[in-house]
Amino acid sequence: MSEVLVLVDSNSLVDGKISKPTLELLTIARRLGEPSAVFIGDVSTAADTLKEYGAAKIYTVDDSDVSGYLVAPKAEVLAQLVEKTSPAAVLLPSGGEGKEIAGRLAVKTGSGLITDAVDVQSDGGVPVTTQSVFAGNYTVTAKVTKGTPIITVKPNSTTPEKADGAGEAEEFTATISETAKSARITASEPRKASGRPELTEAAIVVSGGRGTGGDFSEVEGFADSLGAAVGASRAAVDSGWVPHAFQIGQTGKTVSPQLYIANGISGAIQHRAGMQTSKTIVAVNKDDEAPIFELVDFGVVGDLHSVLPTATEEITKRKG
Amino acid sequence: MNIVVCVKYVPDATADRTFEDDSTVDRAGVDGLLSELDEYAVEQALQIKEKADSDTEVTVLTVGPESATDALRKSLQMGADRAVHVQDEAIAGSCALSTSLVLAEAVKKIGADHGAWDLVVCGMASTDGSMGVLPAMLAERLEVPGVTLGSAVEIDGDTVRIRRDGDTATETIEGTLPAVLSVTDQSGEARYPSFKGIMAAKKKPMETWSLADLGVDAELVGLTAASSTVEATEARPPRTAGQVVTDEDGSGAAALVEFLASKKFI
Repeated sequence: MSEVLVLVDSNSLVDGKISKPTLELLTIARRLGEPSAVFIGDVSTAADTLKEYGAAKIYTVDDSDVSGYLVAPKAEVLAQLVEKTSPAAVLLPSGGEGKEIAGRLAVKTGSGLITDAVDVQSDGGVPVTTQSVFAGNYTVTAKVTKGTPIITVKPNSTTPEKADGAGEAEEFTATISETAKSARITASEPRKASGRPELTEAAIVVSGGRGTGGDFSEVEGFADSLGAAVGASRAAVDSGWVPHAFQIGQTGKTVSPQLYIANGISGAIQHRAGMQTSKTIVAVNKDDEAPIFELVDFGVVGDLHSVLPTATEEITKRKG
Repeated sequence: MNIVVCVKYVPDATADRTFEDDSTVDRAGVDGLLSELDEYAVEQALQIKEKADSDTEVTVLTVGPESATDALRKSLQMGADRAVHVQDEAIAGSCALSTSLVLAEAVKKIGADHGAWDLVVCGMASTDGSMGVLPAMLAERLEVPGVTLGSAVEIDGDTVRIRRDGDTATETIEGTLPAVLSVTDQSGEARYPSFKGIMAAKKKPMETWSLADLGVDAELVGLTAASSTVEATEARPPRTAGQVVTDEDGSGAAALVEFLASKKFI
């Protein structure tokens, strides 16, 4: 059976543990062939988890010529592994870096690539992807027709499944060119852990917009009562109230949680593009004509500054 | 300094976008415009020009059908100096792999015709395909540093430096020119064309090139050469209208909590 390469690197680790999106990639890889995790860096803390979730092979790659340089060296590592293993597919996480690695890999190997897949299934061994496009208004099914299918997959595309993998370790030495080292990372400040679920992976997302007036405390309190992640509209980010990492929308993150609650967010297309496919949508907004109410399963026309604290108190009480 | 800005003419994202029978994007039935995210690329190029010590020329480049000149015109109105339109029927339906090839060859030709290019600037992604892979593919094809997803940009001598707000960390990235730069919507508000800019744009040079002008074989581009194919497109059923209540002395919160409980979220 063919190998399926799955990129795992330092970005795949959260507090030393393999992140859920990476486990999802392994689960999807098993549908297409034998998962081979490509670990760039020190694999020691991760190897057991990779095996637990089905990695048949784990290629370990030294990262001294990789870390410190943006994207290109990882693409070179993968290209060299593609040449060595002729895999059925290469899976990467969707995200700024994942897509850039995928793009370079596609050019290097003359292959087609599909980005932001929300599902990948096997059609007689050929990967078939599902994507949600045009702000979630259309679902597209697609296939790569040239070279090695390169697919980036969004978080929350599947439930990770445990499956005992052999996890056969193999050291792989990659040759990194000077050109690949030409974009230098000269400083790096890791994102501080928020103590809340990761936005793109969370089952419940609570977000705030212009209607918060800059005070996110009620939104955060409400989110915490539900164990939710906190997101924001572009207006809130542009006003400097919350970091860009919170932004949900066309130029921010796209989420598709079980429950999305928008507070003080009008629901412009820019925002809707980032959350329209959520399973259940709720909104709280003072303006009864806000476009967001066209999307909701439930809505409250009211001031979030009074609705949310009252709701938070009741939820906390019920949860006891 | 010579800067090339890649821009795309896309269907208006606020309109009802849809697909043709051959599963390509319907570009005729919906009004098109300069992709919003590319405005930031034009803006950063213009800011670099304004701050540069030496003479700087900004060329704006697009690959698209005839109507794509609109995107070029808007960019010229913002302040770009010249425009290049690569237009060829054979290109329609191209995948990212082919599009990046055409763009890379066009950049090379701009360099050959108008003086070696120092910087290619792109937006972070198009607002139709939304792949966000072109800048990296261009850097790969042009064999230069890809300094991408910049939310703050500076040119320091022959170095381009950005702040990149990544998924797990905020980084400072640098590369030596010539380089490909891509910028996010956080990089600085894009200017509106002034009246003077609109008038001046009418006199600025706009060239149109075919695949033959680029020396690119038609067999390498277009729908039939595409490296991936769309099997099916399906409109998502519209969401059925939900229940909306008006808050009165805490009734809103109560109803909200009841709803969440009924759906087993609490």
